Amino acid sequence: MTATVPQGTPPGAPSSARPRGAGPRSIASRLMDNRWAGLVGLAVALLAPFVNATPYALSVMTSAAIFVMLAAGLNIVVGYCGLLDLGYAAFFAVGAYTSGVLSTRFDLPLVATLPAVLVVTVLAGLIIGAPTLRLRSDYLAIVTLGFGEIIRVTANNLDVTGGPSGIYGIPGLTGGPVSMYYVTVLVVAVAVVGAARLGRSRLGRAWRFVREDEDAAEAMGVHTYKIKMAAYVAGAIWGGLAGVLFAAHLSAISPGSFTFLQSALVLMAVVLGGMGSIRGVVVGAVIISVLPELLRDLADYRFLAFGVLLITVMLVRPQGLWPARSREVAQ
Amino acid sequence: MNGTGNAPLLSVEGLRLSFGGVLAIDGLTFGVGEAEIVSVIGPNGAGKTSAFNCVTGFYRPTAGAVRLRGRDITGLRPSAVAALGVARTFQNLRLFGEMSVLDNVRAGTHLRIRQNVLDALLHTPRYRRGERESTEQAHHWLDFAGLRGDRYGPARALPYGEQRRVEIARALARRPDLLLLDEPAAGLNHGEKAEMLDLIRRIRELGIAIVLIEHDMGLVMDVSQRVVVLNFGREIADGPPDEVRRNPEVVEAYLGRDADEAEIEQARASVAGGRDGGA
Repeated sequence: MTATVPQGTPPGAPSSARPRGAGPRSIASRLMDNRWAGLVGLAVALLAPFVNATPYALSVMTSAAIFVMLAAGLNIVVGYCGLLDLGYAAFFAVGAYTSGVLSTRFDLPLVATLPAVLVVTVLAGLIIGAPTLRLRSDYLAIVTLGFGEIIRVTANNLDVTGGPSGIYGIPGLTGGPVSMYYVTVLVVAVAVVGAARLGRSRLGRAWRFVREDEDAAEAMGVHTYKIKMAAYVAGAIWGGLAGVLFAAHLSAISPGSFTFLQSALVLMAVVLGGMGSIRGVVVGAVIISVLPELLRDLADYRFLAFGVLLITVMLVRPQGLWPARSREVAQ
Repeated sequence: MNGTGNAPLLSVEGLRLSFGGVLAIDGLTFGVGEAEIVSVIGPNGAGKTSAFNCVTGFYRPTAGAVRLRGRDITGLRPSAVAALGVARTFQNLRLFGEMSVLDNVRAGTHLRIRQNVLDALLHTPRYRRGERESTEQAHHWLDFAGLRGDRYGPARALPYGEQRRVEIARALARRPDLLLLDEPAAGLNHGEKAEMLDLIRRIRELGIAIVLIEHDMGLVMDVSQRVVVLNFGREIADGPPDEVRRNPEVVEAYLGRDADEAEIEQARASVAGGRDGGA
């Protein structure tokens, strides 16, 4: 979805309006370019509980939806803006802990903590981003990795965050697991559409200018530092709000949920799906979160199988399962 | 039109730039008037691109000042310089390769379209208007630059000569008062060079001043009002093309000190004849 999708194009028109040179297109690629793909995905998510509504299945699906939101947020940072962030779980933790601490200490409903969560995650994004975003590539990755660990270790050692055992008894957002699932899906759907819309706006283009060539972007008047900061803060907000959903879903959080492995898994979802491609990232996130559950029958070998599958996919399809288009559709 | 009468659009005053102990630019002074074409020439490594980088904010000069309509812009970051109406191209094409050709040129409209995050999230009329304007502008400047290739595909897929046009279209979409072109004709064939010459003239007719770095002497002598010659970071000449091409120091810079009379004569003929005089 990197290409700017024109407004008001009738459904079905994009493929016929495609200029020559693209060659005959496979059915798969037509399906992938279809603008209704997102709605189909949403329909699948909304209908899934009618297929299987056991508490276990609902829990897996809710976690998957939250994971999609994380991936959509990290995709802004890594996919759109090209900033390799290895500590994205930090923002997830900040959101989860902020809502968890406020709701349990002050006996607030979770929704009431949202303004505070937004303020704190934006601040976290600015504080972590300010020194970090002056660095490029490898250095940026290393420093984000460090910040991710700092947040986790801090949560592990503070009293207010409950130390290693974390926080219990966080109120849910809704009455039961089914309604929680639907609320999560709707929030995540809005977040995914929002990320996609940002991605093809003026700001989203600027993110990709920075990713493609920072100097050329500057020469065109793009204040690259501010633009990178915007990507970072947007990523922080998406991650923080996913953290609130996470806290509501599990009602208990501990530092163990926000390890480097979590950051790595979200990054894997983005890369597996296709960096900068919102559809790909959603698919990647669902696969990364659900596949280990589907492989449960393999018992101890499931993560081995998971790893082998991922390596195979990346060897066969390095651009990701559903990569971003670099061709845009004619208006 | 030699930029001395009125307050010049761009004035570079006593510019010095050193990397560690190496002086890349040693006292460069020149001015560019409105809608004037000034070429900066010199052998490879003479400091031409470094001078561009100082003017556009990519390098901070060690000493000296860069003024735009009298305003000191020395040390501003490149995006701030761009915002004041200076656009540039790069010696080695710097397109956004994975993005569409149109998106590349839309980069030039980044500062012109007004759109905030809420507009983008809600697709407000202002968002749609901004996107439409940006697209129209992009098409307009691609037409102006004479792009024939596919505008919707990724920029990296275009042939080299077409990529040059895209880069210039992108710079023009910034609607600059001053355009710095760093070897726009490098790597172009004869026909493409002629078209580039035409394009540069048409840009000037828009009232845009141009500073040109170019090795193709034919093109330089043809299009410039003035020529500034750099050698080892030092400015050795500044004047109209006719005067510069007769300057013995310039010929010597291109051929070296040990060149004998015959060689100098030959070089002079080649420079004057408008063929590629670059060493």
